[in-house]
Amino acid sequence: MKKATIQLGTLTCPSCLQKIDNAVKALDGVDKESVNVLFNSSKVKLNFDDEILSIEKIENAITTMGYEVKKSQVRDV
Amino acid sequence: MQPLILKNKNKIALIVGILIAVGFISEWTIHNESIFAWSLIIGSVLGIIPIVIQAYQALRVKVVSIDILVTLAVVGAFIIKNYEEAAIVIFLFLFGAFLEQRTLNKTRSAIKELTEMAPESALKKMGDDEFVEVDVDEVDIGDILLVKTGAKVPVDGTIITGQGSINEASITGESLPVAKEKGLTVYAGTILENGTLQIVADRVGEDTTFGKIIELVEEAQDSKSEAERFIDRFSKYYTPAVLILALVLGLFTQNVELAITILVLGCPGALVIGVPVSNVAGIGNGARNGVLLKGSEVISDFSRLDTIVFDKTGTLTVGNPSVAEKEFYADNIDEALGYLASVERESDHPLAKAVLEKIGETTFSPVENTEVIKGGGIVAHVNGHRVAVGNAALMEKENVKLNEKARADIARFESSGNSLVITSVNGELKIVMGIRDQIRTGVKEDLRKLKKLKVKNLVMLSGDNQGTVDAVSRELGLTEAHGNMLPEDKSAYIKKLIDEGQIVAFVGDGVNDSPSLALANIGIAMGTGTDVAIETSDVVLMNSDFSRLPHALGLAKATARNMRQNIIIALGVVLVLLAGLLFSEWVNMSIGMLVHEASILVVILNGMRLLRYKLR
Repeated sequence: MKKATIQLGTLTCPSCLQKIDNAVKALDGVDKESVNVLFNSSKVKLNFDDEILSIEKIENAITTMGYEVKKSQVRDV
Repeated sequence: MQPLILKNKNKIALIVGILIAVGFISEWTIHNESIFAWSLIIGSVLGIIPIVIQAYQALRVKVVSIDILVTLAVVGAFIIKNYEEAAIVIFLFLFGAFLEQRTLNKTRSAIKELTEMAPESALKKMGDDEFVEVDVDEVDIGDILLVKTGAKVPVDGTIITGQGSINEASITGESLPVAKEKGLTVYAGTILENGTLQIVADRVGEDTTFGKIIELVEEAQDSKSEAERFIDRFSKYYTPAVLILALVLGLFTQNVELAITILVLGCPGALVIGVPVSNVAGIGNGARNGVLLKGSEVISDFSRLDTIVFDKTGTLTVGNPSVAEKEFYADNIDEALGYLASVERESDHPLAKAVLEKIGETTFSPVENTEVIKGGGIVAHVNGHRVAVGNAALMEKENVKLNEKARADIARFESSGNSLVITSVNGELKIVMGIRDQIRTGVKEDLRKLKKLKVKNLVMLSGDNQGTVDAVSRELGLTEAHGNMLPEDKSAYIKKLIDEGQIVAFVGDGVNDSPSLALANIGIAMGTGTDVAIETSDVVLMNSDFSRLPHALGLAKATARNMRQNIIIALGVVLVLLAGLLFSEWVNMSIGMLVHEASILVVILNGMRLLRYKLR
């Protein structure tokens, strides 16, 4: 398990949160309980299984939704 | 392709705006109907592209978003050939999103300023006297780092060589530089204003005090209250409900105009965004002013406060007893002072420290035959004289005569909360000193401000004797004061108040009163920047600065008020639009969108006022 903190471009609409939340949770290998999309700091925090999923795939899921990924940080849990 | 379009949403909004302008100008000036229609059609088709993409992306992850409502509304407008309204709605929607982004960034600016103070690089010692610039993430505990004038201290560490003055505003909110030298601790995120230091890293990254503060503030700005979670759940079903309502009404009445107007009116905007905006601006203001408020739940409780309970020592008082009063009963007092200092020098009693501090430079003499009298003081021989140092009971035992003036002085000192140190030499009274813990400067004024903010009860709890406690209470004008309390008595007292239905805040330094901090509805810690209390409390006053408490309370009240205003604005707008739609003619799709976007901007601008909040 790894813990990822992804810094996004400024989030402006609260429904964006729901979209990103659902998109990330739909990925295989994401710990659904851990997903937290933060509106004001425009960040996504989540835990994922790095044997099934890579951070690039998570970033990709977010960018195809039309949200900019600025920086990701992955650490061991 | 899709990300490219979404990235250029603002440019598309601009083009749509220009096309609308071209259309209307040609309609009014040269009365050309076909230019009018075509520019609006082209504008609509261009403008709807990013909205459709967003709607599709949302549907793919099973979210019925506002983009879907707008897309359907525009399609409906096309069906009834109302290109004018279609284009205007699209433009307002895109332009509104742009303005929201700009203004939201403003409300978040205070916290952003804080996080941007985080150090990014460090000069790390690699070989003999060779320092290499590395990313701050690459610094480990124990590394030796060089900090030059003007640079940020990269980690929490201890100075091993050099000295300098450091601006610690990022940690304490206090911008007066502090002088630091070898052996002292420096904090990440503070700025070395002059001098050069070599430090050894003690804590790095998120474990540094600054790292903890940032994490705390970042979590606080996004923490949600029960009310917000309700609004979130509500809006999740609200949008689909509006969609169904519009479809049903449209099919029933065959009135497309009505159906699409409802779609636009139903966009949830100000309601969902209003509370988070107040929250982030309020917490941001606090972070700038040395007050950490941990989230909107805390703000809401704090704003409805009934009672503040204070720990005495270290909170209302300095926490360091000192000699507040003294009287001499002999002409040549230097000799007696020297004897007193000589005796006290050998004692580890807290009062002895205060006495020595007061006397300062003096002649010390050897002390013999020291005898400690339990509950009385010390009797010893200095230079062949019998010296007694202690309380009134000891003086009686030593048969020291107290004249009328001495008795009056002693009574006066005791009634103002002093502990007494009386000195006699060879059975003759020489010195009476009154020692007490001094009240922090400015506390009286701060408490007055709290009362003005409608705090009903100001209560002080202390382990000291009731006399001392009463004296402090009288001087500060507290509502209640209780002495002789153990830490468990304090928390029991707080529990009693809470059981009575009061909302109680406890202010303490977190050293021995953490149970009370945790038990109170709002635990307010006087943090020195390094305390664990930062983690356990709900509100932190940085740098242990008591004077920030009135600002913290005023700010919490202003923020809670701002949230309520925003909810009222949002609900009011929806009600007015609905009423307008049902009972009058003036509401159409474009006006609906205009009012909707305007109400979002109004709540954001209202929230922004909190950034400038100052206690009057």
